[in-house]
Amino acid sequence: MEQNIALELRNITKTFGSVVANNNVSLKVRKGEILSILGENGSGKTTLMNMVSGIYYPDGGQMFIDGEEVVISSPKDAFDHKIGMIHQHFKLVDVFSAAQNIVLGLTDEKGFDMPKYIEKIKEITSQYGFELDPDKKIYEMSVSEKQTVEIIKVLFRGADILILDEPTAVLTPQETKKLFNVLRNMKEDGKAIIIITHKLHEVLSISDNVAVLRKGEYEGTVKTSETNESQLTEMMVGKKVSLNIDRDEPVNVADRLVVDKINCINREGVKVLDNVSFEARSGEILGIAGIAGSGQRELLESIAGLQHLDSGKIVYHDPNTGNEENLRDKTPIEIRNLGVRLAFVPEDRLGMGLVGNMDIVDNMMLRSYKKGKSVFLQRKKPKSLAEEIIDRLEVVTPSASTPVRRLSGGNVQKILVGREISSSPSVLMAAYPVRGLDINSSYTIYNLLNEQKKKGVAVIFVGEDLDVLIELCDRILVIGGGRVSGIVDARNTTKEEIGLLMTKSSDSFDDNKGGNENE
Amino acid sequence: MSKIKNTNVSNLHTPPFHIAKRDDIVWWKAWSIRAISIILALIICGVITVALTKLNPVSVYLTMIDGAVGTSRLVWNLFQNTAILLCVSIAVTPAFKMRFWNIGAEGQILIGGLATATCMIFIGDKLPTPMLIFIMLLSSILAGAVWGLVPAYLKTRFNSNETLFTLMMNYIAIQIVAYFTLEWSVPKGSGTPRTLEFGQLPMLFGQKYLINILIVAVLTIIMYIYLKYSKQGYEISVVGESENTARYIGINVKKVILRTMAISGAICGVAGFLLVAGTDHSLKSDTSAGRGFTAIMVSWLAKFNPVFMVLTSLLIVFLEKGASKISEVYRLNSSFSDIITGIIIFFIIGSEFFINYKIKFNKKEKEANV
Repeated sequence: MEQNIALELRNITKTFGSVVANNNVSLKVRKGEILSILGENGSGKTTLMNMVSGIYYPDGGQMFIDGEEVVISSPKDAFDHKIGMIHQHFKLVDVFSAAQNIVLGLTDEKGFDMPKYIEKIKEITSQYGFELDPDKKIYEMSVSEKQTVEIIKVLFRGADILILDEPTAVLTPQETKKLFNVLRNMKEDGKAIIIITHKLHEVLSISDNVAVLRKGEYEGTVKTSETNESQLTEMMVGKKVSLNIDRDEPVNVADRLVVDKINCINREGVKVLDNVSFEARSGEILGIAGIAGSGQRELLESIAGLQHLDSGKIVYHDPNTGNEENLRDKTPIEIRNLGVRLAFVPEDRLGMGLVGNMDIVDNMMLRSYKKGKSVFLQRKKPKSLAEEIIDRLEVVTPSASTPVRRLSGGNVQKILVGREISSSPSVLMAAYPVRGLDINSSYTIYNLLNEQKKKGVAVIFVGEDLDVLIELCDRILVIGGGRVSGIVDARNTTKEEIGLLMTKSSDSFDDNKGGNENE
Repeated sequence: MSKIKNTNVSNLHTPPFHIAKRDDIVWWKAWSIRAISIILALIICGVITVALTKLNPVSVYLTMIDGAVGTSRLVWNLFQNTAILLCVSIAVTPAFKMRFWNIGAEGQILIGGLATATCMIFIGDKLPTPMLIFIMLLSSILAGAVWGLVPAYLKTRFNSNETLFTLMMNYIAIQIVAYFTLEWSVPKGSGTPRTLEFGQLPMLFGQKYLINILIVAVLTIIMYIYLKYSKQGYEISVVGESENTARYIGINVKKVILRTMAISGAICGVAGFLLVAGTDHSLKSDTSAGRGFTAIMVSWLAKFNPVFMVLTSLLIVFLEKGASKISEVYRLNSSFSDIITGIIIFFIIGSEFFINYKIKFNKKEKEANV
């Protein structure tokens, strides 16, 4: 039994400065096994796997492959030991075909024989049940196809140990199912597979064993068949957590923002918003679901005054005066001067919502620094606002003068959301506000959104986790290829229904430049 | 929570060391790393000196110090050169902080100098001196600002590459100044630059360069306050860090770029004014003497902090003066002093790596336990 172990880690330790990313982590993967590495963001999952794949070098500990101790100090070493990692962000050449990307960097002494390679690629795809056209160019591919290319790339190089970093983050429920089938086929073939994830239901449906990390510490490995969601959560978070999101019935619902047939063509001439119409109502959370890059970003940015529209109207109904204002093609300043209190939590937190190199106080000023006639900055109010947010949202930071980029993802998001709601908005838009956040921070954010909803704010929430969308929102707008493919009542819908709507529009375009890179 | 165990790293083909990022480093450690790097640089320079010239390195260094601060005239000279370099560094800093690669300071200085010289030649004898100097200053500021605005405008209008445009504007400025130098030379066309008599900056307390130094000191303080405490300075930082954030909060990015480049060019123009009216009393096409480029290094070395730039510009000028003295005294050609200066600056820049990262050596423990 024991000689079946493909990879074993013993007492692996890695520190970054004074931060201990991994402390004495030991785990084993057998051949023909799918192991999930479960942990919250910042618990050291990716760091651990980066050491296995040669990107980082451990400060201490040992690694064994097939029972023999090895030293992996570069990605090439990892590859020599038949370890292949599929990263969260794909590393493909856009203008090359799938096959060209797969063989890229290969050194074959017998000469370069493309037809032979394509033959081999086809063999792999049929063996494991992939769907892939080797001649298709990367830029024509959906995210899921790109992922397939990445997986085949490591298989082509003969990897026996596959590591997938958050493989389902970018997939629809249907695509996830397909991926899991392929993974099961690979497992049958005797490959050792490691999946890094923080999604519990996936862990339960795919893996044989689950290794849990918490704050860099190894918490133990449990058999999937002998565990359940709440036990895993407890191991992951360290305490019992209620996994239910509150949802109150909306009160005093009235149209706050009416988007009427807006169209937007981007710089490349692609229609990114196609006749989009919907209403955002006060006292309600409107969810927006869709595959990443289906026009969500453009939609929010056009409301926020950052995106030029080619036609259509965005009408704001002022709750105090009853006036109607068309916000289309107004600048953020003009919108603010109209008295429209619009808060926007963009998806790219450190590239748009905040400035990473500035401290918390200076980031607080972003929205308000212009106030007053003085040519000099007033740091007093932003400072007390910063302290208030740190205190109320339990932001973990050495001080208010710490640069935001040094904070963890959850704390960065608390700062951003805290600042945005401090202006007591009447419309609050949040794009992927819990992406990369641990469970506790995610619930803090859900509570903040619910709190705003209760205050009568029209909340627009762009999300990726359908379970959360269904639990948190009142209505869900599904967007596919820049078109609204349906608006459903969140109380009476299913994941499958939304999943189908997401892929309904057949001519969906792919916008990989959606800003995910800066995460 | 268990303690970090010092686990044994096996004696397989373990790499001898690896590089790890540091946390924040305490200031005295950072400064001792810098000090060590300078000492190391001096030792290496010493070895190279002996190897190449068979001279005693200590006496070479003493000559260097002597060349930079040996007499009170040299000290004033050092300060005056530092002031001009500092002035240009102050000028390029807001642009660089905005991530606008202004490598056109050279041209902006020359145009500022040309404007100053034009005033001195054509209206020099017609106006009272204070009035004249005021007009000279004003025209140099305007000329520099315009020279800075052209690439900025093209950038905001057509999204052109500012590096290329600022660089090309340098050559235009150099050629224009070269033309007027010939035109104004005495005798005309001889190439000997005319001495500009009217509008020279006055001596203060009997010191020729004191006024230059004072003007630059004031500018440095103003720039420090501008960048750190003014709303416009804040906008510069935001635009530099992330244009997307600037758009998001409604900063007019184009306006900030234009305004900042006008300021950057204007201060370069002032540097030209100080060079022509306060130092050289003449105009040549090499009046700026590469300061527009050296200033970039000064600004980056000081991490865009105008107060630190006093130190970095002093260091660079010190090295320059000292190095030229050794070539003179020991009859070595200027390549030798370039080598010495290069090594020292290389070590200073390299020390930043060791401030941000540390090298961990993997001890080879001969433990054979499993």
